[in-house]
Amino acid sequence: MLSDDNDSEFEAETATLPLDGWHRGKGARMVEFAGYWMPVQYEGIVAEHLWTRAHAGLFDVSHMGQLEVSGEAAEAALEAVLPIDLSTLKPGRQRYSLLLDESGGVLDDLMVTNAAHRFYLVVNGATKWDDIAHLREHLPDEITLTHLEDDALLALQGPEAARALARLGLDPVNDGWPRVEEMVFMQAGPFSWNGVPLRVSRSGYTGEDGYEISVPAARVETLAEALCAQPEVQPIGLGARDSLRLEAGLPLYGHDLSREISPIEAGLTFGINKRRRGEGGFAGADRIQRELAEGTARKSVGLTLEGRLPAREGAEVYAGDAKVGRVTSGGFSPTLGHPIAMAIVDSAHSAEGTPLVVDVRGKRLSAAVAPMPFVPHNYFRGDR
Amino acid sequence: MPRYFTDEHEWIDVEGDTATVGITDYAQGQLGDIVFVELPRVGSEVARGKDAAVVESVKAASDVYAPITGEVTEANGALEDDPALVNSSPEDQGWFFKLTIANKSELDGLMDAAAYKSFCDSL
Repeated sequence: MLSDDNDSEFEAETATLPLDGWHRGKGARMVEFAGYWMPVQYEGIVAEHLWTRAHAGLFDVSHMGQLEVSGEAAEAALEAVLPIDLSTLKPGRQRYSLLLDESGGVLDDLMVTNAAHRFYLVVNGATKWDDIAHLREHLPDEITLTHLEDDALLALQGPEAARALARLGLDPVNDGWPRVEEMVFMQAGPFSWNGVPLRVSRSGYTGEDGYEISVPAARVETLAEALCAQPEVQPIGLGARDSLRLEAGLPLYGHDLSREISPIEAGLTFGINKRRRGEGGFAGADRIQRELAEGTARKSVGLTLEGRLPAREGAEVYAGDAKVGRVTSGGFSPTLGHPIAMAIVDSAHSAEGTPLVVDVRGKRLSAAVAPMPFVPHNYFRGDR
Repeated sequence: MPRYFTDEHEWIDVEGDTATVGITDYAQGQLGDIVFVELPRVGSEVARGKDAAVVESVKAASDVYAPITGEVTEANGALEDDPALVNSSPEDQGWFFKLTIANKSELDGLMDAAAYKSFCDSL
């Protein structure tokens, strides 16, 4: 018992990110999140949120897990642990996927990039140690799983992100691969910036155009400074990251997505690629295929609320007097000026426009099922 | 009119038997952008140290405790239309509620402005 206690105390020690001092120097308020001290806000959540929607925000997401899977049969090995179809994921392309348990619950959601002869994965910070253990257990011994612990991760998000990043003059490492401003949504590749190796993808978690940039931790401050020196760019904290992703209708693992919620219930069928839906042969396939065929008893939906009082995670959702679900995440939308939420509700009450009631501390708030995203996505698909 | 402060970052203006209650500039800074304030009903009794109001920021909901016991005589209706007054004018226009003071001895031991400032500096 004593050693267990010591272990848990040791694990509970909060780690610092490579940019810790930089954040504090920028006036960030630091909070504990996913085992790290992280900036929750600098100037204020609403100002940072609106700045990102109008210009470009720089987010430090170095708490997230960056992994590399390599080896002769890496493609087949990854397909055995993820419901992804890698035969249609070309080098330089990225895709959303899900790590499922045997009963079809979600262990994590993640991004997979075909990095030519290897796969680059980005997983959630709070789940990365469990993910690594799960992958190591389920991947064959001859497959190499590398935790890229010496790399930091930045996200540059917003309609002016491409203009700001283009000014830094990153060079594609591979001949003939696009420059950052030419990349389209979910394209990814290796770059060199003043000799610093970067992994850049055109993706993110705000619904805006933008990039995620993996950089050696030793050089992350130089890159963050260079980006924030651009007039379009301000540092943005975790608070606005959460309100931006909520407006974009993007689920947050551990809240909108968990072992208790299947990807079909969560509306993430696209995270199980078409060939795999048919063939099965992945963890949880029985349940996934059954739910695809028969539908699910409950579904994740968006809710818009009347008034100004936000409904938070855990608030109960009613249709008349009958409890039909609960809020999985919710808050006030700075863009829309009213509260929004994601909820899991009985499928009978999941159609768009269905009037529902959310209970917040005994107040019964009028709500309606709304399409997501709440704020339109603004991804760059090469058509402008 | 004496102003008192609590270690829960509320301020209390006392005028005769009536007190006006709000949260301090330090508190609003910690809470961030405020989007909703739930105030006690006029006529309700609030008890010292118990929930009296809820402040919803973009980030989270936070309870505001009654700094003293009494009966609520007025709630600041301006916060309904413009909850951000708590951010822009926390110690003036962004007041929360007024109450009749049930027990003046509850004011003993509260901080004055100078004591509250050194309390915040120590945080």
